[in-house]
Amino acid sequence: MNSPDSAQSPGPSPLSRSDAATLEFRSATKVYPGQREPAVGGLSLTVPAGEICVLVGPSGCGKTTAMRMVNRMIDITDGDILLDGASVKNRRPAELRREIGYAIQQIGLFPHLTVGDNIATVPRLLGWDKARIRARIDELLELVSLDPHETRDRYPAQLSGGQRQRVGVARALAVDPPLMLMDEPFGAIDPINRERLQNEFLRLQREIRKTVVFVTHDIDEAIKMGDRIAVLQQGGKLAQYASPAELLMYPANRFVEDFVGADRALKRLALQRVRDVDLWKAPLVRVGEPVAEARAKLGDAEVPYPLLVDGDARPLGWLSERGLAGERVEQELRSNPQPILDLDDVLRDALADLLSEEAQYGPVVDGRGAVTGVLSIEILSHALRSDPDEVPSGADAL
Amino acid sequence: MSALLAQVEIRERTEDTCVADNGFCPDWIVDNFDRYVDPFLEHVVLTVVAVAIGFGIAFSLALFAYRRRWLIDPVTQITGILYTIPSIAAFFLLLPITGRGFTTATVALVAYVLLIIFRNVLAGLDNVPGDIKDAGRGMGLTDRQLLWRVEVPLALPEIMAGLRIAATTTVGLATLVFFAGAGGLGEQIFADITFKSNVVVAGGLAVLLAAALDGLILLVQRAITPWETASLRSRPSRLLARRRAAVAR
Repeated sequence: MNSPDSAQSPGPSPLSRSDAATLEFRSATKVYPGQREPAVGGLSLTVPAGEICVLVGPSGCGKTTAMRMVNRMIDITDGDILLDGASVKNRRPAELRREIGYAIQQIGLFPHLTVGDNIATVPRLLGWDKARIRARIDELLELVSLDPHETRDRYPAQLSGGQRQRVGVARALAVDPPLMLMDEPFGAIDPINRERLQNEFLRLQREIRKTVVFVTHDIDEAIKMGDRIAVLQQGGKLAQYASPAELLMYPANRFVEDFVGADRALKRLALQRVRDVDLWKAPLVRVGEPVAEARAKLGDAEVPYPLLVDGDARPLGWLSERGLAGERVEQELRSNPQPILDLDDVLRDALADLLSEEAQYGPVVDGRGAVTGVLSIEILSHALRSDPDEVPSGADAL
Repeated sequence: MSALLAQVEIRERTEDTCVADNGFCPDWIVDNFDRYVDPFLEHVVLTVVAVAIGFGIAFSLALFAYRRRWLIDPVTQITGILYTIPSIAAFFLLLPITGRGFTTATVALVAYVLLIIFRNVLAGLDNVPGDIKDAGRGMGLTDRQLLWRVEVPLALPEIMAGLRIAATTTVGLATLVFFAGAGGLGEQIFADITFKSNVVVAGGLAVLLAAALDGLILLVQRAITPWETASLRSRPSRLLARRRAAVAR
């Protein structure tokens, strides 16, 4: 694998431990030869360092072209693209590309190389020494949840689709690039594994904090993955560039509104977690408590019934009038606290739980299972109307 | 003329009735086997040299034409013409230039294999999936690195297939090079074309040589493309891996 080109590189690259880069499109335009309409027309947007920017839009909107202009897989006709303030046009394409992670839908693993050699491709181009490459391969495989010993010496054909996708991401991260380009990286994966890979990538991103340009045609994936979303329409025109919450709350025009879909209000519920909204206070009572006290607690509560809890404040059930009939609170056989909601549930899931139990409200518990409040349909409908400034974006929600 | 001499030579050496009847005579074959060794070796050298030179030229042409697509048609046409010229005609056309012997024979054989190898190399390179080329380029491989590290290795199965066809057809074609005075098994066959023992041994050696070269190239191909067979082995090992992973959890 020694070629004259790799011999030119002067030892280990200085970008081995790089931070994230700021990416700026400045009226970037691409007109293909022989076509009058630009594929990307005057695209201007800035991706702050360490954020995921999703380019989303219908097919033919120029999102992939826009992404490929960044590492000069497609040459820029007009305007410019700046990586940490420096124009990519002044760089030799091959060198520029080695500093930018590149993952595509078809993955494009080299079938004739083992997983380890696939990951080692760019480190070798940059002239890393063997020990460093070997250590990096293992580190990356662990990072993407693959067992180095099992995987390192296998060929791509011996892996499952999901494993190949992970290797593709590992390969793109090999030299710790300050910027990653991902073109529908999970597009060819079945829905269940796609969800898993998305979550894994978000977890990974919290660790590595790269600047990421992520192309997809799937608005749900965009909302889930993006810190910012750029909605492109035909001809690569930027229809809106905003946080997921803002996009869902205030679509800039009819095109964005249609593209986001009629259920955009529901989609917004996926951006918030139960802990993000103001819960109702729960009127907690314990077995043996005087009924008079229990009734007093109901006085200033929004819920009409007291919630019976055990010694550790874990919910046992809602009490009806019969439970409050005697001198002291008694446990009712048929009382039921369902659905029990978790502070970390997203609001959409909480709503689904409430609806499936046909309940108006449900107790919310913390990590230890103790009740901290009550979530109701009323709170949820209020959240749907709330201002997006209060709504954290997807990645910050934790 | 030389054929006539050889014929006389074979007949004079024996009074065996089997031989006199031009039959298939194992005893005669055992006694006379060494007379086939030199022609066989000549045949091997002719074939290997012609295929090697032909491969060198056709492979270079294919790499060249792969990036400069306009070259494909002219190269295909020229090598196509060379492919269709009957080799016996080629020997006589070459006589005034290269004279009789090894050079003439080699030139004619090389001209014949160019098209086969050129087409296979080009097809192999063209069949490398676009996403793999795209990923390689996107990671920062230069065109030259992409060619030698990705495209040529992935084209190897087709390149080697072309080499196998070229080698086996050259073995057959090389039985005619005695017309150019270059010896080989053909000279033996035509030395006594009526004598069954002779034809069977000389012809049989040619067939064996073709089969041996074919098998040899196949073995080399297996050795240099380990990923091709690895995917076939993957099923049991993948199951095993899953079981191990399950245990680990």
